[in-house]
Amino acid sequence: MATEPRELPQRDALFTTVSGQPIKPLYTEEDLPESPADAIGLPGEYPFTRGVYASMYRGRLWTMRQFAGYGTAEESNARFRYLLDHGQTGLSTAFDMPSLMGHDSDHPRSEGEVGREGVAVDTLDDMETLFAGIPLDEVSVSMTINAPAAIMLAFYVVAAERRGIPPERLAGTIQTDILKEYIAQKEWCFPVDPAMRLVGDLIEWCSEHMPRWHPVSISGYHIREAGATAVQELAFTLKDGLTYVEQAVARGLDVDDFAPRLSFFFNAHIDLFEEVAKYRAARRIWARELRERFGARDERSLLMRFHTQTAGVSLTAQQPLNNIIRTTIEALAGVLGGTQSLHTNSYDEALALPTEEAVRVALRTQQIIAHESGVPNTVDPLGGAYFVEALTDEMERAAYEYFAKIDELGGMVEAVKRNFPQREIADAAFRFQQEVDSGQRLVVGVNAYQNPDDEPLEILRIDPALERKQMDRLASVRAARDAAGVEAALAALREQAARPAANLMPALLDCARAHATEGEIVGSHQDAFGTYAEAPVF
Amino acid sequence: MEASASQRKIRVVVAKPGLDGHDRGAKIIARALRDAGMEVIYTGLHQTPEQIVATVVQEDADAVGISILSGAHMTLIPRIMELLAGEGIDDVVVTVGGTIPAEDIEELKRQGVAEVFTPGASTQDSVDFIRRAVGERRAPAVQGD
Repeated sequence: MATEPRELPQRDALFTTVSGQPIKPLYTEEDLPESPADAIGLPGEYPFTRGVYASMYRGRLWTMRQFAGYGTAEESNARFRYLLDHGQTGLSTAFDMPSLMGHDSDHPRSEGEVGREGVAVDTLDDMETLFAGIPLDEVSVSMTINAPAAIMLAFYVVAAERRGIPPERLAGTIQTDILKEYIAQKEWCFPVDPAMRLVGDLIEWCSEHMPRWHPVSISGYHIREAGATAVQELAFTLKDGLTYVEQAVARGLDVDDFAPRLSFFFNAHIDLFEEVAKYRAARRIWARELRERFGARDERSLLMRFHTQTAGVSLTAQQPLNNIIRTTIEALAGVLGGTQSLHTNSYDEALALPTEEAVRVALRTQQIIAHESGVPNTVDPLGGAYFVEALTDEMERAAYEYFAKIDELGGMVEAVKRNFPQREIADAAFRFQQEVDSGQRLVVGVNAYQNPDDEPLEILRIDPALERKQMDRLASVRAARDAAGVEAALAALREQAARPAANLMPALLDCARAHATEGEIVGSHQDAFGTYAEAPVF
Repeated sequence: MEASASQRKIRVVVAKPGLDGHDRGAKIIARALRDAGMEVIYTGLHQTPEQIVATVVQEDADAVGISILSGAHMTLIPRIMELLAGEGIDDVVVTVGGTIPAEDIEELKRQGVAEVFTPGASTQDSVDFIRRAVGERRAPAVQGD
């Protein structure tokens, strides 16, 4: 450690980041990396600490991409159009829990959950309704779905195909990051190994047919929401990403054929500088690993491009308007950290899905940062700041420490099977809660500055009739389709699933064309793959 | 019989119904209850009401803490209450934690849920509540541990 600063008067407070990282009272030149020119460099140049593009927001602002979806495809289509009408520049689809778990809306496990936390998509027909009237060859579309990602992509590709738009013209992202599902988000359909194969199938197929598509969005968001520290989010996410690269290379793909299309998705938590340091460290690690370890030659393979969402977990049900301020700080972290796209949470999301008004305020927050704050006027305004550079180095060092631990366990797949990241996250979540419960860490409105007579907020209620409506939609698809065609497509899929060397995407596209349901397709996989249940740890 | 029942450790099932994977709260509560000296059985994720009630019966639980953030609480929790009643169980303290709107809280309590903890509740509140409520349902004279 560098020289101790002279004794300064200090308040009685916790001088650590929200992740528990101790922070010194003062950072100076001595805290900069040994050769700052190499470690920090310039934006758009290796190791990309200061940003993936030379011009950053001077060239083009980040994409404002609000995550939305509820009810049936009709309601969500209306919300999408509303967002596009209000200046949003990309779409991001939230699916409901049954869709994420591979259950049809009429499955007994789906009862009460259809359209509640996202949109219900059971068949190609729902996907067509969801994007009706939206120019799919112009608007980039993100879909947050993982275990059944290949199925949803097949629905999407066929929906576009029927409108005369070929897959090579589709731009967007599908999340597909199954490792973080086992680690944190916990929406799964299959055991880890066959699920990893499906990720490989999707990457491989997209590298051949969808040059404008991001086949995986390697996600730290949910890891962080589950209670991880910033370092854990950074380390586990990058290790997941490196594992997908390893697997694709092992399947015989050239790293430069797919790595330029890998993208990332991070959380923006409330600790402004820690978040900025996290993004900067992430870019540096990714560029180094892709170049040094995987021998990528195409510079685009080295660029860690990422989407950011502000931290849902930082929002409070108490005094919800305060959440607008939290979200603003977090959005600023994403922008100061060089994000390529951003979702800002709505102030009422600790209570329910957001109302239209709350969504509009969230979008306006981004627009104010973009057009009024002056922050995007210069590239990486925090670059070279003693504190930020020191924290960036520290995050990087700590991430490599985790990489070493995971390697000792036999890699990320093995570590996940042994619950290693799961346990680390649960420990961190518990420590944080203890800090809040003991009053060491203050959360405004929760354990400090409470308002006893908070007015209840008008919240969005999802009409329970929407579940019935979706079940009716599904029933009419089932009734109208050619049952023999569905059976044939599913049988072909089962047969391909049992052959580990086959790529399942062509069979999945056929299932989509035959109007097979998501649940039927998942079931056909499960015949070959089996199912998954975790050994719960706490 | 009664004395041994009231002296034994409080047994709590922490249950996670619904299809969502938000288990941060459930795990924190499970750990806090365990640290407070209770015996905790955590069901793991994605449990059906039938599975949860079977666990409560099998573990001879004093309390069940249901953590739910899937939005399906008004479907799944009434089902759990119904199944518990069907088993003739009326002495298990049922608590719920999650994002539950105020009017739903009233309805759940009417159906026999003892308490609902919403975002921002401290773990100590849950620990204290369960200890007190279980104590009251055991021999009324034997309070506390």
